[in-house]
Amino acid sequence: MAAPVAAGEDRVTTDAGRAPPAIELIGIDKSFGPVHANKNVNLRVERGVIHGIVGENGAGKSTLMSILYGFYEADAGEIRINGEPVRIRSSKEAISHGIGMVHQHFMLVYPLSVLDNVMLGAEGGPLLANGANAIRRRLAELGKEYGLEVDPDAIVGELSVGLQQRVEILKALVRGAEILVLDEPTAVLTPAEADQLFEMLRVLKSENKTIIFITHKLREIMSLTDRVSVMRRGEMVATFDTARTSPPELADAMVGRKVILKIDKSEAHPGRVALEVRNLVVRDDRDVVRVNGVSFVLREGEILGVAGVAGNGQSELLEALAGIRPLSAGEILVDGEPLPPAEHNPHAERLIGIGHVPEDRHRVGLVMPFEACESAMLGFHYETVYGRGLLYDRKAIIDDAEHKMEAFDVRPRAPLLKTANFSGGNQQKLVLAREIERNPKIMLVGQPTRGVDIGAIEFIHKRIVAQRDAGKALLLVSVELDEIFALSDRIIVLCGGRITGERRAEDTNAQDLGLLMAGVDERAA
Amino acid sequence: MSSPLKPLPAWADVALIPLINVAAAFVISGFVVLAIGENPLEAVQILITGALGDLEGIGFTLYYATSFIFTGLAVAICFHAGLFNIGVEGQAYIAGLGAALAALYLGFLPGYSLVVVAIAAAALFGAAFAAIPGYLQAKRDSHIVITTIMFNYIASALMGYLLVDVLRVPGQMNAETPGFSKYAAVPQFHELLAPLGIQWPVTPFNLSFLLALAAALAVWLLIWRTRLGYEVRTVGANATAAIYGGISPSRITIITTLLSGALAGGLAVNVILGQEHRLILEFTGGFGFVGIAVALMGRAHPVGIILAAILFGVLYQGGDELAFDKPKISRDMIVVIQGLVVLFAGALEHMFRRPVSVLLARRTTQPPI
Repeated sequence: MAAPVAAGEDRVTTDAGRAPPAIELIGIDKSFGPVHANKNVNLRVERGVIHGIVGENGAGKSTLMSILYGFYEADAGEIRINGEPVRIRSSKEAISHGIGMVHQHFMLVYPLSVLDNVMLGAEGGPLLANGANAIRRRLAELGKEYGLEVDPDAIVGELSVGLQQRVEILKALVRGAEILVLDEPTAVLTPAEADQLFEMLRVLKSENKTIIFITHKLREIMSLTDRVSVMRRGEMVATFDTARTSPPELADAMVGRKVILKIDKSEAHPGRVALEVRNLVVRDDRDVVRVNGVSFVLREGEILGVAGVAGNGQSELLEALAGIRPLSAGEILVDGEPLPPAEHNPHAERLIGIGHVPEDRHRVGLVMPFEACESAMLGFHYETVYGRGLLYDRKAIIDDAEHKMEAFDVRPRAPLLKTANFSGGNQQKLVLAREIERNPKIMLVGQPTRGVDIGAIEFIHKRIVAQRDAGKALLLVSVELDEIFALSDRIIVLCGGRITGERRAEDTNAQDLGLLMAGVDERAA
Repeated sequence: MSSPLKPLPAWADVALIPLINVAAAFVISGFVVLAIGENPLEAVQILITGALGDLEGIGFTLYYATSFIFTGLAVAICFHAGLFNIGVEGQAYIAGLGAALAALYLGFLPGYSLVVVAIAAAALFGAAFAAIPGYLQAKRDSHIVITTIMFNYIASALMGYLLVDVLRVPGQMNAETPGFSKYAAVPQFHELLAPLGIQWPVTPFNLSFLLALAAALAVWLLIWRTRLGYEVRTVGANATAAIYGGISPSRITIITTLLSGALAGGLAVNVILGQEHRLILEFTGGFGFVGIAVALMGRAHPVGIILAAILFGVLYQGGDELAFDKPKISRDMIVVIQGLVVLFAGALEHMFRRPVSVLLARRTTQPPI
């Protein structure tokens, strides 16, 4: 297939032997007040292909898909499904046109079974038995046809994230979806689960389903998609045949300038031990041991990466170090002195210079309904810079936020805008600005670039390395191996709550770490 | 990422939606009046004239509004911490006990310092009674909705016992305490204005109104301009983020319920110290519960609460006039309107959101990003 197909060519000749495109968006335009979210967007998605859409946060991908799924109506433009112009005013209408959407944050009822979740909204009458039997049969068929097996009686909340996502896909398929839209589906998956998802999508494609795959991970685009469209600032800037493009070309198209995918960093000069952990045992909320006898040291002027498949104790380790989660056993030493239990809390740790960028900015790091300037002082809100007397000094709060937003290029530069209205990357920069601007001597950093676009990733990585070069001690927890490699000077690998190995960054590679992440303990071997 | 609804512009959120909600409540109330066989427009006219037509009506209206401001603030401050205090009624009732005990037994205090102490005692007793459910919520995870409902019954039973068996004047038929000294009274406006030559009809409208306005200002400052308020809002909006930020949700829960109970005490100040000058049975008269409607309608913002409180004051005073003029319409009609306001402003708050945001879609100013 030639890369740029002349527009209009088979719009007129829909019956000329070739099937019309599954989806055609023509001149879609959407503004929210002064913000032009989609500018005259054209997109053709052929039937039976996997079509990737990449773009930075805020490029307009989600708005475009929301228009396709009936959340918003476009100000101008036309949607054609299989060549037929349609109006989509609600998700119900989208479903009736055979469009299914898998959201990044699942729309599942966790206490209910798989069957109940799939049936929800398609119960087929007041008595459940008929509908339930029909759905059960359909699930079995789909399971066989596409290899999408899930126990229909399993409780959704007890399934792994990968299986929960499979339930979402099944929900769409049961409703007769011919076109599947997946919004950043791998953001929540482990690498193995992502591979399974890709396998599943390839099977669906072989059954002539059409898949739109939204991401900002170029590796996924390259390995999965047939065609890829790039969005930038509300415009559809290019469409490529995946086989004829390359990650640097896509990255250029996304940001409109060259990006360095690998950051330059000088050699580390580790100094004294800043943080030491001895035989740490941490339990989760359900009292299950998640960190089991972990010991390590963290020196000034180095970045220690904690690698591992998500859910192997990294989160609990980070929370325990930050004083949020109690220790079941073991001790934490700061500058060689044991941290007294009275100081094992977030407030006291901030006072002694331990910064914490939490893994989940939505749930932990920010307060979404607050103004950005209020989120920008969370944890430091007691400080006198924000007002000496009984009352806050609003001007000081806003000035401080403006300063932080300036330093970290948070866009838009609007301290009074609600935190929730910033894009993910800018929210993350706000968290980093808050923590780094306090100049802590120890930084605990969790998933610093989760759901963040390439331009912001580069910026964030540079800031983290700059902290190291300023002699700070940084602990980096990330499930992105690329990130671990890009930043760490030394790497420890967690599996099942234990450290399965430690490497210097230059002495290891992905295969080596992969084995450690899979739990092949070198000491046990 | 994408939410199905765009955020509404601020003016629609704070003014238009509540207005539509209230209007809906009134329209349905109008149908109820119609069903009773009266003319709703005439009823509205009687109600408005009765509440605002003369100084006497205005005096009563503002007297009721004073109570509603206090109870609305008490409920609202808990809303900000994510708590639903349904026990304002009981807390105000116990606060009345505090006011009465101070007024009756601290008579040795010089002059009007007695009333100041009595006001403080009301706040203290209200806070203390709220502290128990607050503590249970914070430390034992007993849901504050359940405990405060039950504490209303405890308050009612306790006060019944005290007024009948302990505090009643021997030989008296009424379950009430003796009258207070004049230094335990919050002065009423007609008394204050008379020496200035201004004739204000005799109404229970008293200085507690100014105290209520001051309380509203104080709550606004507390919530939006102090560290404690910041912590309260953080706990209410995202308790996990609060813990991350070094804020203890259980400490904030207890402090907030204490403040809420103290504000509930304002109802006792207005009624017991401002009007009755003795402690009587069931003086709270459901005003604590109406505070929930006021807080919902005022969207937990002090300015909104003052406006909502005045509206309910109009409903109460005008409703009395209406019941007097139109025997078919009883005071229960006001309870119906109240219920409908709670229904529309609380339970069905989002019902008009979608149509309004669709209507405003072309004018929406905030991008979803």
